[in-house]
Amino acid sequence: MLAVLPALTGQLGGAGDSISQILSILFYVIFIVFLFYGQRIQMYVMIREVEGSLYKLKYIKDEGRRIAIETIKELGKPQTDPSARVDRYLDYFTITPQSMDPAGIVYKLDHILDVRDTRLKDEVKLMAPASDEVQINNLENTLEAAMALNYIYKVVRHYYIQGKKTLSLYIIMQLQMILPLVMKEAEAYASALKAFAYGQPIGDGVGPLVAAKLMHGYETRKVPKDCVVAEVPLEGRTALVMKAEGPGGNVGKPGDAIKAVIDENKGKIAAVIMIDAGLKLEGEMVGEVAEGVGAAIGGPGVDQFKIEEALVDYHIPIYAVIVKEDIGDAVSPMRKEISDSVDRVIERVKSVILERTKEGDKVIIFGVGNTIGIGQ
Amino acid sequence: MSENSSSATKKISTYLTMIVLIVLALSMVALISSVNLMVEGNEIAAGYLLIIGLIAMALSLYVMIQSRRRIAEMKIEAPKVMTTIECRKCGFKSLREFQRGDFVFKELEPCQKCNEKMMITAIYKEVREREKTFAF
Repeated sequence: MLAVLPALTGQLGGAGDSISQILSILFYVIFIVFLFYGQRIQMYVMIREVEGSLYKLKYIKDEGRRIAIETIKELGKPQTDPSARVDRYLDYFTITPQSMDPAGIVYKLDHILDVRDTRLKDEVKLMAPASDEVQINNLENTLEAAMALNYIYKVVRHYYIQGKKTLSLYIIMQLQMILPLVMKEAEAYASALKAFAYGQPIGDGVGPLVAAKLMHGYETRKVPKDCVVAEVPLEGRTALVMKAEGPGGNVGKPGDAIKAVIDENKGKIAAVIMIDAGLKLEGEMVGEVAEGVGAAIGGPGVDQFKIEEALVDYHIPIYAVIVKEDIGDAVSPMRKEISDSVDRVIERVKSVILERTKEGDKVIIFGVGNTIGIGQ
Repeated sequence: MSENSSSATKKISTYLTMIVLIVLALSMVALISSVNLMVEGNEIAAGYLLIIGLIAMALSLYVMIQSRRRIAEMKIEAPKVMTTIECRKCGFKSLREFQRGDFVFKELEPCQKCNEKMMITAIYKEVREREKTFAF
């Protein structure tokens, strides 16, 4: 190699003119190509990037379907192959109510969601006839995660094909810009799949875990819908501790449950404290505990509306304690930092009770979230 | 449906591997030819072929490593989930891997020390933080 280099450089001196001519022509050609086709080249680079992510999404979606079918076969012992039914389930859609006249829309949406929930649960029962109630809830959650992955894949594929068909830089550019966030969400659902299939507690279950720790050892009773309540003496007050009924994957209907308990007590509740997982901002630590006011509850907003409505009727103050985590932590198996934050949350709840209520008062403590893998 | 689609993904990776292998083979040919030309005394042509061969080989190896990394990234990692079992009476604690059917506050077999029923008190995964640290 070292012997070749002097020979090459020597020759370059001789043939320098022709080589520099070739190079300058090459430079002009590249300049002209980029001048006219720069945007198109940039678009092809973006399309390649989207294509790579789409392959990954397709793989994740197929894995989701496979895990769901395998779990149904394992737990439900169906007589026939459930694959066709699972495929039908994955394409299931829900049409939200018309909002041109928004009055009463919350109860319409609530009704639609109830119908959806019942329909999907019945579908799971048909797919897995040998499963018990806990397993049915877990299977429903597994299928919902697979359904979300299927939907994400289809939407990304739609914009990818549309961008390729129209060769529109702006469609592809928008898709490429939001892709990191979409991929993060898809990966979160992918890790949720196995947690749901095995019935492991997820990060979102920190609220029910706190409630379960408070109510453990005390008598519980069911309240509508799919929730439990226990009367627990706490710092000289009576805490009505509530959560969704576990250990199956279930979030219950906190709106109905809180309203039912407030009505039972004729509004004589000194405070409502809600505990939930809250989305953390980048830079914040997982498992950080924060405190505030308002109804700490996610979802489509139906439960939040019902809780706020019930509280306004009786002028009951509402406080919130949240545990910070990101979307990936919320739907994947619970991290140790989140599990370890439970005692700190209980301390924070106790201090809220001591500061904001009087001895002998009744308070509602609701642990909001999916109670999968958490008993009571 | 799923089998067809996953085999399609595999087909593309085979196609890519084939191209990489062809380029790799051509780069080898270029390198061998450059050696032959050098022996014959045509050093300029040998030099050009050497550079072309090395660039082609580097590119094909880079593409191969990149595609392998993509396949590795596609795997859905199942994190190790641990179950903490505790005796409420004597405080004896043990840790084992999660088993299907475990849930927090599930009662288990009696304690080895005091014969009181043990209970699952926590189920969690441990994550090794690989996040970049920032100044703020």
